[in-house]
Amino acid sequence: MSIFADQVFLLARRSVVRTIRQPANVVAPLLFPMLLLAVNSGGLKAETRLPGFPTSSFVAFALAVPFIQGALFATMNAGTDLARDIQTGFLSRLSLTPMRGVALLAGQLGGVVTMGVVQAAVYLSVGLAVGVRLESGLLGVLVLFGFAVLVALGFGALGAFAALRTGSGEAVQSLFPAFFVFLFLSSMNIPRNLIETTWFRDVATANPVSYLLECVRSLIIVGWDGEALALGFGIATAIAVVSLALASWALRVRMART
Amino acid sequence: MRTLAVARGVAWRTLHNVFTNPSLFIPSLLFPLFFFTAFAGGLSRVQDVPGFDYAEGYTAFQFVFVLLQSAAFGGVFTGFGIARDFESGFARRLLLAAPNRSGIVLGYAVAALIRWFATAVILTAIALAVGMHVGGSGVDLVGLYSLAVIVNAAALLWAAGVAMRLRTMQAGPIMQMPVFLVLFFAPVYVPLSLLQGWIHAVAVVNPLTRVLEAARGFLAGSPTEVAAAFGAALALAAAFSIWAFRGLRKAEAAG
Repeated sequence: MSIFADQVFLLARRSVVRTIRQPANVVAPLLFPMLLLAVNSGGLKAETRLPGFPTSSFVAFALAVPFIQGALFATMNAGTDLARDIQTGFLSRLSLTPMRGVALLAGQLGGVVTMGVVQAAVYLSVGLAVGVRLESGLLGVLVLFGFAVLVALGFGALGAFAALRTGSGEAVQSLFPAFFVFLFLSSMNIPRNLIETTWFRDVATANPVSYLLECVRSLIIVGWDGEALALGFGIATAIAVVSLALASWALRVRMART
Repeated sequence: MRTLAVARGVAWRTLHNVFTNPSLFIPSLLFPLFFFTAFAGGLSRVQDVPGFDYAEGYTAFQFVFVLLQSAAFGGVFTGFGIARDFESGFARRLLLAAPNRSGIVLGYAVAALIRWFATAVILTAIALAVGMHVGGSGVDLVGLYSLAVIVNAAALLWAAGVAMRLRTMQAGPIMQMPVFLVLFFAPVYVPLSLLQGWIHAVAVVNPLTRVLEAARGFLAGSPTEVAAAFGAALALAAAFSIWAFRGLRKAEAAG
């Protein structure tokens, strides 16, 4: 193993182990999205009787939400852990070693992506257990996991950027309500074409989270929808590229400070 | 008199903290407004579901839920303040200084009520500004807001009991999560008659369902299940007052 890969592996392992050792960081991203799924799929089941609703199963429709909500938790976890590294001086000590900055970022995000995959497996298993069947089949499951990795990477990098810029776990945590607003002002609970209130439909249409949700949703309830997949993967890739660039820049600045 | 003096002091301090600290007041104001926007705006089409029969429309239907939610979370957020007071050591000094400690709980309850009142005024004004229909008379609206006041008191007493037992901010999720569950296991999005499966079974036995249905009835001017709703709300408040005062005794015993 090259030195760089070794550094990334060690830091990724540290990130995963640290997350596992804090039960709240493991339970919250698994439990809360499932709770919201249970509440919404029970309470909004009647919505499937609306003319034009794309499926007769609201659980299948709503199963996309945990995938994106879980990514928000990934943002918080990645950012909070990195902020703690800054606050405790771990990053400063690390900067005295020959470790490359990019290895730190890659290691941190490796841990986030690993947790993202675990979360996606749990969400999908729960969905299958309650009777949801993916219209896109087995290949769709693979694409879904690929998308989960991409989204976790993008949002994780965003959390890392926030942590590196602010150096404060509280500041990173304060981003959560903002992300929550993006989630709720999207097509999370109803397809965009069925949103009656014009301004809300416009906001949901302009909101990138709608397209992330619709990408996952298309694999579950439609099958292979090229437009939804292209928009979802395109936006997720754009978020990942921009976030990684910002996080790399912030890391360079932070390392220069320390 | 001693009880009232303590209550006044605790309430004034709590309210001063809340209203002079935007990070404490703004979230408790913004969250209900945000939920109202997301639910009433985003899900208005739900009123077209066959069997949805709430005459005042979906905005009014969701307003009632968000009003009760804001009342409950006004109590819970005040509970966070109690936990913070214990964590910082202020509550311990308060226990030493107060000639009548029951006034401490009363003071926090008064603060929770006034804090929620500010949110309720803004929420109501916005709902009316966006065209919410109100079918109820003045008496009906007194019934609606009275139910919300009792829910606020019950939530505060629940959160106070937790805060006084655990005396740490880390108890926040324990205060918040059960309230969140009780609220969302009621008929949030559609009337009870349209719920199906397990959520219907849970909603039927959820005491908040009676409160929510009666409150929606008040707003529409066709009160239903009023006695059951007030009975359920008052029973919750009474049970949680025992819980809170026993928590106070535990905090006293802990020193």
